[in-house]
Amino acid sequence: MRRYVYIDDSDQQDLYCDNRISNRKYTILNFLPKNLWEQFSRFMNQYFLLIACLQLWSLITPVNPASTWGPLIFIFAVSATKEAWDDYNRYLSDKQANEKEVWVVKQGTKKQIQAQDIHVGNIVWLRENDEVPCDLVLIGTSEPQGICFIETAALDGETDLKTRVIPSACMGIASELLHKIKGVIECSNPDKDIRRFDANLRLFPPFIDNDLCPLTINNTLLQSCYLRNTEWACGVAVYTGNETKLGMSRGIPEPKLTAVDAMIDKLIGAIFLFQIVVVIVLGIAGNVWKDTEARKQWYVMYPTEGPWYELLVIPLRFELLCSIMIPISIKVSLDLVKSLYAKFIDWDEEMYDEETTTPSHATNTAISEDLGQVEYILTDKTGTLTENRMIFRRCCINGIFYGNESGDALKDKELLNAVGSNNPDVIRFLTVMALCNTVVPLKSKSGVISYKAQSQDEDALVHAAARLHMVLVNKNGNILEINFNGLVILYEILDTLEFTSDRKRMSVVVKDCQNEKLILLSKGADEAILPCAVSGKQVRTFVEAVEQYAQLGLRTLCLAWRELREDEYKEWSLMFKDANSTFVDREWKLAEVCQRLEHDLEILGITAIEDHLQDGVPETIETLRKAGINFWMLTGDKQNTAIQIALSCNFISPEPKGQLLLINGKSEDEVCRSIERVLLTMKITTSEPKDVAFVVDGWALEIALKHHRHAFTELAILSRTAICCRVTPSQKAQLVELLKTCDYKTLAIGDGGNDVRMIQQADIGVGISGREGLQAARAADYSIGKFKFLKRLILVHGRYSYNRTAFLSQYSFYKSLLICFIQIFFSFISGVSGTSLFNSVSLMAYNVFYTSIPVVVSVLDKDLSERTVMEHPQILFYCQAGRLLNPSTFAGWFGRSLFHALVVFVVSIHAYADEKSEMDELSMVALSGCIWLQAFVMTMETNSFTILQHLAIWGNLAFFYIINCIVSTIPSAGMYTIMFRLCKQPSYWITMIYLMELLCISAHCDCRDGPGASA
Amino acid sequence: MMDMEVRSTSGAGGGTPPVPVNLRRSKAYYRFTQQNLPACKPVLTPGWVISIFLLTGVIFMPIGLIALHASQSVVEIVYRYDTECIPESFRSNKVAYIKDSSISKNCNQTLKVQKHMKAPIHIYYQLDNYYQNHRRYVKSRSDRQLLHGLNYNATSSCQPEELNNELPIVPCGLIAWSMFNDTYTFSRETAELKVNRKNIAWKSDREHKFGKDVYPFNFQNGTLVGGGKLNPRVPLNEQEDLIVWMRTAALPSFRKLYGRIEVDLEADEFIAVKFVNNYNSYSFGGEKKLVLSTSSWLGGKNDFLGVAYIAVGCCCIFISLLFTLLHVKNPRHESESSPQDSEIQMTTR
Repeated sequence: MRRYVYIDDSDQQDLYCDNRISNRKYTILNFLPKNLWEQFSRFMNQYFLLIACLQLWSLITPVNPASTWGPLIFIFAVSATKEAWDDYNRYLSDKQANEKEVWVVKQGTKKQIQAQDIHVGNIVWLRENDEVPCDLVLIGTSEPQGICFIETAALDGETDLKTRVIPSACMGIASELLHKIKGVIECSNPDKDIRRFDANLRLFPPFIDNDLCPLTINNTLLQSCYLRNTEWACGVAVYTGNETKLGMSRGIPEPKLTAVDAMIDKLIGAIFLFQIVVVIVLGIAGNVWKDTEARKQWYVMYPTEGPWYELLVIPLRFELLCSIMIPISIKVSLDLVKSLYAKFIDWDEEMYDEETTTPSHATNTAISEDLGQVEYILTDKTGTLTENRMIFRRCCINGIFYGNESGDALKDKELLNAVGSNNPDVIRFLTVMALCNTVVPLKSKSGVISYKAQSQDEDALVHAAARLHMVLVNKNGNILEINFNGLVILYEILDTLEFTSDRKRMSVVVKDCQNEKLILLSKGADEAILPCAVSGKQVRTFVEAVEQYAQLGLRTLCLAWRELREDEYKEWSLMFKDANSTFVDREWKLAEVCQRLEHDLEILGITAIEDHLQDGVPETIETLRKAGINFWMLTGDKQNTAIQIALSCNFISPEPKGQLLLINGKSEDEVCRSIERVLLTMKITTSEPKDVAFVVDGWALEIALKHHRHAFTELAILSRTAICCRVTPSQKAQLVELLKTCDYKTLAIGDGGNDVRMIQQADIGVGISGREGLQAARAADYSIGKFKFLKRLILVHGRYSYNRTAFLSQYSFYKSLLICFIQIFFSFISGVSGTSLFNSVSLMAYNVFYTSIPVVVSVLDKDLSERTVMEHPQILFYCQAGRLLNPSTFAGWFGRSLFHALVVFVVSIHAYADEKSEMDELSMVALSGCIWLQAFVMTMETNSFTILQHLAIWGNLAFFYIINCIVSTIPSAGMYTIMFRLCKQPSYWITMIYLMELLCISAHCDCRDGPGASA
Repeated sequence: MMDMEVRSTSGAGGGTPPVPVNLRRSKAYYRFTQQNLPACKPVLTPGWVISIFLLTGVIFMPIGLIALHASQSVVEIVYRYDTECIPESFRSNKVAYIKDSSISKNCNQTLKVQKHMKAPIHIYYQLDNYYQNHRRYVKSRSDRQLLHGLNYNATSSCQPEELNNELPIVPCGLIAWSMFNDTYTFSRETAELKVNRKNIAWKSDREHKFGKDVYPFNFQNGTLVGGGKLNPRVPLNEQEDLIVWMRTAALPSFRKLYGRIEVDLEADEFIAVKFVNNYNSYSFGGEKKLVLSTSSWLGGKNDFLGVAYIAVGCCCIFISLLFTLLHVKNPRHESESSPQDSEIQMTTR
């Protein structure tokens, strides 16, 4: 499907949507139904609604329906308010964007309208620093060369300026005439790919009516970019509203479910089953008791003939009585504490990167517990382990090595001499360094030149060339101005054969303005350039150089050039244009065409660029490995470079201690044999204390993943360390997927656009907000400034989060089970008729007030100090293995609640027997017992008491008495004066103290042998 | 140590500007955000545990003894009369006897006072196997009708004893309908023992829960008569027997106050009790007992708390001795491990 956009044509106004942006989920009218629908799509909520509805039937409800409706409405109100607030904020920001004034040409006249009224085909005018309101095709700028600069930070997070050019067809149209321009743009339907725009432009007379002019992403201004360093620009709206590239790529990502959440859901399911069993058993018992005993009790006055549902009444009563077994507030409390964990990460000053002034940030607030359970970390190399601050260190020009002695080629006398003496090889080498790139030089008013580069390598090369007197001075449209030793040389760029991660090289075709010579300049990875070298020429020295540099952990680039014949270029140029204007598989076709030019290259030399290791990387890796986390390094770099970096950052141990196993091969068989050999070695060495790691390159990996997935998976499980080099972004994602299928918790960390897929794929994605832009950081769940913060993120935040959630969730189950068990015990002495011991107020307040505050504050608890954890990272094993939250720990808590309920119940009914066995009093004694127990259990389970914990625990106890005393003063309340009466009785206090002490003793004995108490 | 230093310096830089007024608050907030609030970590060393147990034992034993003594000092006469008060001829068919209103239900028995009983002596009736806490029963009442009488007529909760001739029964519901109606009169030698039957219900109930101009005008008028009847000319707030009965018991065996004897009873004295055995406990196998009891600061005779305290106290002392023994035999050397190690041992135990 195509979209035909007629420039400034009012007829097609209604064909496409207007530019109204709407990120809202709700409108005022549909908010309530839609939000309720969403909330009720959760099983828990459906369950509670069913319970609440059943409670409306007064025959079976044990308590006032308010005791369920109250909390249910409260919890719904909380989530609905949060949703509404978020939506309102989205509405406000939409409104701001929609009502922004923009200048638009309509029917040939320029007028100011609101951004939301822009239609497809309108010509939009922008001034410097304006935000682009919708996706535009650039047709005119203030600059004579037809270029403009934009900042795309909001779109892809890259902060450098990008150049956009007007299509060749529009070149040279006077700005006054732009109003009257007519034409048609043929483009594809809206999609979300911000790197591609495949379209054609045809202008109508009186403008030059030549053939189709191809449009690329370089001719567009995308929504949310900013116009910079350009006085004005104008463009034709092609995609508007929610159909822009930004609008299409916006979308709510699938929520990630943590292992802890999954376990909690499982436990809720188990409780639910248990509840059903209880209901069935007690229901049958109740019916039997009714028929054998209750009918004899004349005062109960059972009718001899009941309605048809008679048999169901007692089971349903028990269902309602037991419905509190599933804590209604658990999801709300979990959401609350999870956002607190996220806040702690945001606030943490020890994870604040002073250098770039970036704090850590948790974008995904829901998965902090998973951080504490990470088993595999898959890391990118460049920019993640290293600083991605490239420095040109060495080079090899035509077989001569520079910079080998001093370690810095820029200070190498020989190289400086060679430059001074106009050595032609060196000059050509420097020319490629300075020209073959997409760097934009910016001249400040004081005459200092600064470079805006998209890649750090290019930046390093251009800077190095400048230091060697080959200065890129100005880029004036297609004309590049170079200053070499004071001599100004002009080049015209004819074509740019762009870099893609598949091609692994880029080239430019330039024309030397002095002698009209056409030259192809190429640079790229050695394996992408060297095969294209002119045949017969020796490339051995270069291969050796590459190896030597890789040994030192340097990044190498191969530079090459070729002089082109005029006719050759012309012929190729047509093909290139053709490929450029296709729609289907443009990228692939372009690559093919480029291939046709990039051959018979004359290799000029090799550059070696150093990339510093980041601060604290070896220590971080060592600590995390001690914590039982396995590391895999996935890099696009060469094997040798990768291994060197891996050695220098403790990733693998050097020879005697460590062993590297290579998996290589070009064919299926070779790879298969290789994998089997490595597997065998691995199995042998597992008994030895040796660090074994395997190294695999992209090619072998491709084969392994495709044909030997099983063996490779086995290998992946055995190996604690792996280095995968020369891998593509999709392979990175596949590796994550592979580990995930083995049920490992994976964490992927990276910094660049090529890591985005892996980050999104992993259980936890961590982005480093580094020099390659914020793309990875945006896609990630957590963004940090430096790799070394990962240690703290996992060991401190992840571990605490896991521990705290494990406690909080199990405690929530415990407290709900406790009160439910008491109800069940009571039913045994009340004729199994489903009487509730507690009154409605108590039941409602128990879950919502009395027990929820201390438990939320318990998330401040720290079982071990941060320092201890950092020094003994082995402690993380507990979290990784999920030792604190699993069916057996839950069984511990379950048993504990059963035991506590039994104790409270038995003590209450014996202490309050005979003449004291008044229902309201007894129920309050049992409830106070429960509340005291909460305080007691919280105290036992808290490891470090801060003022907040004291406040919550003891304040809650006081709060309980205050609330009940207040309720006791209301004559119409069921428990009028009860609390006052109790507080006056010595036996009440003696009973409470007795309960505490009894449980204290049992808890101590529990500590010695039971699993439930530790943690 | 390094951690702390880094923190405090960065804290001075970022969190706390030199504003003395808000200094403490913002500092506390800052420490909260850094999860670095001052905290105390109680560490349970063997010494602590042993001393806690010992202390508990030492405190619990005397409390238990005092409580037990209080309970023992209470003198109690419990007399089960439900079978005794049935003439021999009816023993085989008690239900028929109790249901037949033409037979006199009077019954005279003699109780012997074992020990001196100090006034006031509480008179309770005790019912066993009587489920006042049955769901159908507990719910069958209307608190607002008890207070407002016919002014309040949403009495559906009272079912199945709700209406009589389209008019709500006052007081409605099963509880009121099944009111206990045995009576007791006491005499010693020849003189009658005065029983004070005032103030047996809670003051709060009389004043705020039962209406002072609500009269039980149509109570027990229906075809099916349950328990006791009420004097229709006495307002509910003065019908103390009803008020006591309406305080439902949580256990299937319970005592309710009948009245008080306000003179001392001497040991070995004989008291003649005239029962009027009206209440049907026979159809469901319940027991009826008359209880005369003095009281202590802890309430009536109930050994449970005292015994329980003594048991726990003994346990504590025993455990503390056991732990001491274990600790002496294989002590844990704390000097060998750093505090952090012991911290780890604690969590990994």
